[in-house]
Amino acid sequence: MAYSDKVIDHVENPRNVGTLDKNDPNVATGMVGAPACGDVMKLQIKVSDEGVIEDAKFKTYGCGSAIASSSLVTEWVKGKTLDQAAEIKNTDITAELELPPVKIHCSILAEDAIQAAIADYKSKQTK
Amino acid sequence: MRYFELFNLPAIYNVDLKQLNQRYLELQRAVHPDKYAGKSEREKLLAVQKTSEINDALAVLKHPVKRAEYMLSERGVDIRAEQQTLQDPAFLMQQMELREALEDIQHSSDPESEIDAFEAQIKLLDQQYSAKLAHQLADEDTSVLEVAADNVRKLKFIYKLREELSRIEDNLLD
Repeated sequence: MAYSDKVIDHVENPRNVGTLDKNDPNVATGMVGAPACGDVMKLQIKVSDEGVIEDAKFKTYGCGSAIASSSLVTEWVKGKTLDQAAEIKNTDITAELELPPVKIHCSILAEDAIQAAIADYKSKQTK
Repeated sequence: MRYFELFNLPAIYNVDLKQLNQRYLELQRAVHPDKYAGKSEREKLLAVQKTSEINDALAVLKHPVKRAEYMLSERGVDIRAEQQTLQDPAFLMQQMELREALEDIQHSSDPESEIDAFEAQIKLLDQQYSAKLAHQLADEDTSVLEVAADNVRKLKFIYKLREELSRIEDNLLD
């Protein structure tokens, strides 16, 4: 199966790989996994006091499409408010990366990672 | 459950693999094309169908994950084609760490002993989840099936680790 140029670009030059300090109260982590292929994705966001995502990092163990999906969403969420980030849908990711139907689950993984990170941030704030 | 009945085995998760293989050979012999040389076309066709059914059943029952998925689907919980994600932070964090450790093995000065240690670790995890699964799948209470399904999902990650480990092993041998 051929990857699109956009996927290859993200795989060769992944954006925002790494980790943020999980002890920072403004940092939240979303962890998701896809049982079908065993992919594991970690997405971290750093949220300003005004509720804007200032920074995002990811670490993904999976196929090229999963890496590209997570790399892409770290770019997309930066500068967005939590509500705006929550609106990112997996279909936006598949469209941007031109993912074939068999790789749709990679985009679902990335969407769920954003949702999980936002949920983690909200639960951290209420503590 | 049809696949178990086919091999005349009790429908339990901890299937006796030796018996399974033995029954498989017996069944294969019984439907072997040579036995149908003088028979009608219809009988030959049925024998071919039977052969493929036996092969399908063996492939499913032999594989721990496929066997569990089959047992779940027979009881109404079909997770074989799902695209749902798993969101269990503690489990996934552990998976992440294990994947990182796997990555480190490739740059280790003594990869062989680390591969052995990692293999032992995976085996332990496999045993843990398989033991839980055997209990859950034996439970009459159908509400336990969702818990069992979650365990199968986790077992898939453990098998993925095993796959990755053997890939690393192959690379090191080359």
